[in-house]
Amino acid sequence: MADTVQFDLVSPERLLASVEATEVQIPGTDGDMTAMADHTPLITTLRPGVVRVSGPEGDKEYVVTGGFAEINADSISVLAERALSREDMTQDEFQKMVDEATDRLAKAQETFVNEPGPVDDAAKLLADMVAMGDQIGLSTPSKVPAP
Amino acid sequence: MPSLKDLKNRIESVKSTRKITKAMQMVAAAKLRRAQDAAEMARPYAERFNAVMSKLAAAAGDAENAPPLLRGTGKDDVHLLVVMTAERGLCGGFNANIAKLARSEINKLQSNGKTVKVITVGKKGRDALKRDFADLFIDHVDLSEVKNVGYADAQNVAQNVLDRFDAGEFDVAKIFFSEFENVVSQKPTMQQVIPFEIDEEAAAESDEAGTIYDYEPDEDAILRDLLPRGVATAIFSGLLENGASEQGARMSAMDNATRNAGEMIEDLTIEYNRSRQAVITNELIEIISGAEAL
Repeated sequence: MADTVQFDLVSPERLLASVEATEVQIPGTDGDMTAMADHTPLITTLRPGVVRVSGPEGDKEYVVTGGFAEINADSISVLAERALSREDMTQDEFQKMVDEATDRLAKAQETFVNEPGPVDDAAKLLADMVAMGDQIGLSTPSKVPAP
Repeated sequence: MPSLKDLKNRIESVKSTRKITKAMQMVAAAKLRRAQDAAEMARPYAERFNAVMSKLAAAAGDAENAPPLLRGTGKDDVHLLVVMTAERGLCGGFNANIAKLARSEINKLQSNGKTVKVITVGKKGRDALKRDFADLFIDHVDLSEVKNVGYADAQNVAQNVLDRFDAGEFDVAKIFFSEFENVVSQKPTMQQVIPFEIDEEAAAESDEAGTIYDYEPDEDAILRDLLPRGVATAIFSGLLENGASEQGARMSAMDNATRNAGEMIEDLTIEYNRSRQAVITNELIEIISGAEAL
């Protein structure tokens, strides 16, 4: 049995990481999950959150917004809409993301007055974004209503 | 016959033109490398994305309740063409070739009685198609302020297209761009993005692997989440291919221009020397015949 899996993190613009990992924590839409070697093949969508990679070369954290992950017995690929390494995630960067999510919620509320679906989706996105900020210790500006 | 001074002026002017084309060629070469790198870096995402999409789509493709982005609207009446070109000219046949492909597609669709709508990305394509199809334009995306095309730009275009699809404005969407083969050859390409075309090869490949995946939340929800991203990914790859193609086309066009300018300078220099010699000979004849007459 293999102890490590090939972990790839790609965003549309570039390949962020391609390393051996023993353990990868993924923020799935339905909840966080940790994948290790010989995980059952799985495809999941992501919510905004933190991907944690532990491997022989140490631990590393990445911030991702939506996307999806493909898990195989010997490889894990995270395809994120936008991905940043944890250190690159500054307050400004975070602010931008939150603003974007806030805008999207406002727009959804405007366009889909009688359909709760898209509004709920947008609200969840914003809430996830804020929760992610709390998790990595970035403050949420006061103008955003608490989830 | 032009005077000596005229010739001299022309040689000077061609020389400065050559300097400019040479500089443009070198700038294009530098930008080409960057554009190629960008296209290269985006490839892993697009490849994996398409593999997963094809797998999911092949499984859900025939289902009654498949999302419209995959199944289509059931009609084939209104076509939306997204024509992506460069913002700037002086790059050989790059813009013209894309416009030509788009034009023939529009003519074909129209002669089959379909309605065609056009969104242009990049100024040059708009200019090229304006004369014949100005009434088909429904929108234009300006990327002239954008230095390096990012995924966000592609997302904006995709969102524009998706909003229109949700509003029922069209049934089929196709994008036009130039595929980068190498520096001297770029292939104008048409790709259908809505409804999603299953990449048989990728689907077959993943079937061979024979893995059965679990899906979380469920297949349907994932597909619904992925399809809009698929449109953005396709547009993003198109834009990146276009970026590399544009610089490649400009580089070879400017290389040709530099060479032509060089040849022209040679020709003009020969002509200049000849007429200078003729003037000297003439003067000598005048002096000698003057001396003989005495």
